[in-house]
Amino acid sequence: MADLLRINDLHRHFRLGDSLVRAVDGVDLRVGEGEFVSIMGPSGCGKSTLLYLVGGLDRPTGGEIHFGGRRVDQLSRTGWAKLRRGRIGFVFQTFNLVENLTVAHNVQLQGVLAGGSRRAVRRRAIGLLEELGVSDKAKALPALLSGGQRQRVAIARALMNDPPLLLADEPTGNLDSATTTEVLGLLKRFHAAGRTIVVVTHDPRVATAAQRVVTMRDGQVVDEARLDGGTGRPLTLDRLIES
Amino acid sequence: MREVLLALLHKEPAHGYELKGAIESMFGEVWPAVNVGQIYSTLGRLERAGLVRSATVSQASRPDKRVFELTAAGGDTVRRWVDEVVPAAQLRGSFFDKLVLADRTRLADPIVLIDRQRREYLRRLAELGELAGVAQGLAARLAVEGAVLHLQADLRWLDFCEDALTSHQKRNGDTDG
Repeated sequence: MADLLRINDLHRHFRLGDSLVRAVDGVDLRVGEGEFVSIMGPSGCGKSTLLYLVGGLDRPTGGEIHFGGRRVDQLSRTGWAKLRRGRIGFVFQTFNLVENLTVAHNVQLQGVLAGGSRRAVRRRAIGLLEELGVSDKAKALPALLSGGQRQRVAIARALMNDPPLLLADEPTGNLDSATTTEVLGLLKRFHAAGRTIVVVTHDPRVATAAQRVVTMRDGQVVDEARLDGGTGRPLTLDRLIES
Repeated sequence: MREVLLALLHKEPAHGYELKGAIESMFGEVWPAVNVGQIYSTLGRLERAGLVRSATVSQASRPDKRVFELTAAGGDTVRRWVDEVVPAAQLRGSFFDKLVLADRTRLADPIVLIDRQRREYLRRLAELGELAGVAQGLAARLAVEGAVLHLQADLRWLDFCEDALTSHQKRNGDTDG
């Protein structure tokens, strides 16, 4: 499996008053093409900062980020914007939809910014909203949607330009348990379709939908668990109840 | 098995194969297969204990069947059983012992033990995620959710242990220095 993402000795330090905060403090991480990785850790461990650095929404103070074999951490603002539009989809905990645009326009915006033809963009947006089960809300404003519906729209927007990499920061943080299960199902489906996914979460249920869980603490990666290819006898329904 | 049969007979009299069918439709996904011999031997014991009684019913075109029903004592027994509160789950001893000993005897690094244990729980949770996709009946869905919630609690407890041990070590480090 070729690496889609390679991070070497990444740092993000900043000053807060008199003290130096080491939000990300020497992270090495590789994510293979088509891999689904989750990052867990207590709040303040630097997991969201790491994701923002990978998506170019924040800039590192040291280290390197390679994306698809190309070094990207030194890209300009516009370079990053271009990379994000075509190659990286971002899903946020707070959805970040444009509140005065309809659902359909929120999704189409990404395609238009990437230079797609209006016709093709419209068709793809409709297709995505259908796939995510929110096509009946296409003309509604985001304010009229439930949390789960908003997150589906945000996922549709992230997938608009068919990016190879999907980054998600606590995508279920504002959702109830049933909606979390739905969003998890969507992530698994997109992963099965060949997309690479990196999700930051404190919810173990979300984390274990991935193939690999990376644990961070104090700005560093301290542990890693591969979840596929276990050694023991696979768990079956008839072994859940202790008699 | 004993209480399951009493409870099913509390609903209505039945013969062995009907009981087997009822058990399979309720618990089929979450129990290993039950054989009818095991059901009949349990019914025999319940009958000798005076909790059920049986009568042979002749059928026109089929062999006779033995139908079981609950006695008054059997009814009391199963109602007592169902009303009894199940004690709250205890903490699993083995890991707890290892953790405390590792910290106090320096037998191992407790944080390493916690990380290893966390990997085990995460893998199990991933397997449960797969099972959630195949669990069909009510019993199976309840069982999977119960197992998931227990593991989430175990994981949170590991986080707590890690925090507590880390700050304990820091404090001790400070007093040593």
